[in-house]
Amino acid sequence: MANKNMTSTKIAKGEVVLDAKNVTMQFGGLKAVDNFNLQLRAGELIGLIGPNGAGKTTVFNVLTGVYKPTAGTVHLAGVDTRPLKPFKISHLGISRTFQNIRLFKELTVLDNVVIAAAQHAEHTLLDAVLRTPHHYREEERLRQKALDLLQIFNLEGKANDEAGSLPYGEQRKLEIIRALATDPTVLFLDEPAAGMNHKETEGLMETIAKIRRDFNLTVVLIEHDMKLVMGICERILVLDHGVTISQGLPDAIRKDPKVIAAYLGADVEGGH
Amino acid sequence: MTNDPNKTGHNPVPEVGTKPSAKPAPKRFAMSFVAPVGAFIALAIVGQLLEASTNQYVQLVLLFMCANIIFATSLNLVNGFTGQFSIGHAGFMALGAYTSAYLSTAVVQNPSFFDFIWFAIAGGLVAAAAGYVVGLPSLRLRGDYLAIVTLGFGEIIRVILLNTPAIGGARGLFGIPRPKEVVLGDFVFTNFYMNYLLAIFWVILTLVVLWRMVHSVHGRKFLSVREDEIAAQSMGINTTQVKVRVFVISSFFAGIAGAVFAHAAQGLTPATFGFTKSVDAIIMVVLGGMGSLTGSVMAAAVVTLLPEFVLRPLTDITGIDLRMVLYSLALILFMILRPSGILGTRELPDLWRKNGK
Repeated sequence: MANKNMTSTKIAKGEVVLDAKNVTMQFGGLKAVDNFNLQLRAGELIGLIGPNGAGKTTVFNVLTGVYKPTAGTVHLAGVDTRPLKPFKISHLGISRTFQNIRLFKELTVLDNVVIAAAQHAEHTLLDAVLRTPHHYREEERLRQKALDLLQIFNLEGKANDEAGSLPYGEQRKLEIIRALATDPTVLFLDEPAAGMNHKETEGLMETIAKIRRDFNLTVVLIEHDMKLVMGICERILVLDHGVTISQGLPDAIRKDPKVIAAYLGADVEGGH
Repeated sequence: MTNDPNKTGHNPVPEVGTKPSAKPAPKRFAMSFVAPVGAFIALAIVGQLLEASTNQYVQLVLLFMCANIIFATSLNLVNGFTGQFSIGHAGFMALGAYTSAYLSTAVVQNPSFFDFIWFAIAGGLVAAAAGYVVGLPSLRLRGDYLAIVTLGFGEIIRVILLNTPAIGGARGLFGIPRPKEVVLGDFVFTNFYMNYLLAIFWVILTLVVLWRMVHSVHGRKFLSVREDEIAAQSMGINTTQVKVRVFVISSFFAGIAGAVFAHAAQGLTPATFGFTKSVDAIIMVVLGGMGSLTGSVMAAAVVTLLPEFVLRPLTDITGIDLRMVLYSLALILFMILRPSGILGTRELPDLWRKNGK
């Protein structure tokens, strides 16, 4: 399939890159996501917020193909992603980080990034076995690419450290770097600032804004830190109990009584 | 290239196949043959010295050691590097052994030295085909299905061999030839030595192929499947394809190990390839370290040599066969004291570097 070429074709700003229609995800009796709609336009930076258990991560898992939606459709650059496996969806240009960090912990920092870049390797396993000149060139190219990405986050000095040995904040950064290494058009960040202090969060905000510009990315962000979301997102979706209760500009969201109720009163009413 | 190799880190443990190198790629390609060819020549010379100084029993044990090294490292690719759990590896070894043995006895008369290479490859291919059939359905599933399926597969192979008269059935297949001796003037390379050359050829080839695979971007994918399958998929890795590939490659080399074993032993019975043979391989992989080729080589050597040269004399003295007792004991002790095996995931170059510090 010519999937890889699709991602390299430049998508014009404002064009719909991802279209989720009426997505419902049901686990037994639990409707984790109910009738979710999202039209993502190229270059956007969208925030997905909501109280714990609102279904934010489930939305990510559906959009990145980890779960198949119970109902509804997801189109990525016009391609229906429902029958595709997660690796195919990654080839189409979606990449993500995980809320509960899923690095390749026992491998080096550099390996973590190189593995993600491997889908663009032009040499084969046979090249590797024969150690052809082509193999050496490609390995060097991918390695250099990984190092360049590490440099953006000032992690190149730790390239040969074990990923699991990094401090928490740097593991989160490495997750973003690894996601970038797949050359995505859409990047899903699942609570990238979790566990970071105020200053680290601020630095992260700047970096996210920067990579979005430099890599021409569309970004969807799950975040608890309201300040981070309000600060950089252009559009915000609020989920509660799987239902989209509000969406719009940050200022409007901040004043929406439904959002305020969900954040302050949901536990009292719903009592999950 | 503008990269400065010193810039890349303070902890010099290169894990990606390419180390920073100023040498151009074609030259590195040429240089990559030096180590394997050098190792072959060195081992060939060592073999001559051993043949002159030891008896046939010792030499035979060394040949079994070669077979076990291939057997253990091939299993490590699945169980150690890719994090799957296969417990019927002896089945693939049996296929390779019987295929090569059958070809050299019933099909080709008076096989030449190079015929034996084709026999082994044929054995490896039969094992690889079986690996594909077994692996494709079971590797799609998560968890312990592979263990159950491979356990069953190993038994099925053994029972089929037991009930096929054409390859000897329960009596086994005997009179398996070795390569003919070679006479060069006054110098005689015995058939034993020619067999040894074949064995070390396969050992080196196996180690080189596995090492190069693991130490490349594509080999790192195997490890990513072990580390976190969901993350690997999200990074665009076709984990099912990786697992099936690894399993087929592993089966191929298990078949090669069988061929080496067959021509060393010169006789095969189905009982040789029972469940204990598979357990032997698992013991070697776990003892040596899941994910360390060096560890598997060391463990295969220890597990082959120890029973013959230490435990057998002990059995003669005490009159009790302590082999399995000591295996179990060693495994239990290792699980308590050093659960990652002798080397963990480290390899020979890492050890050197540690000493240099």
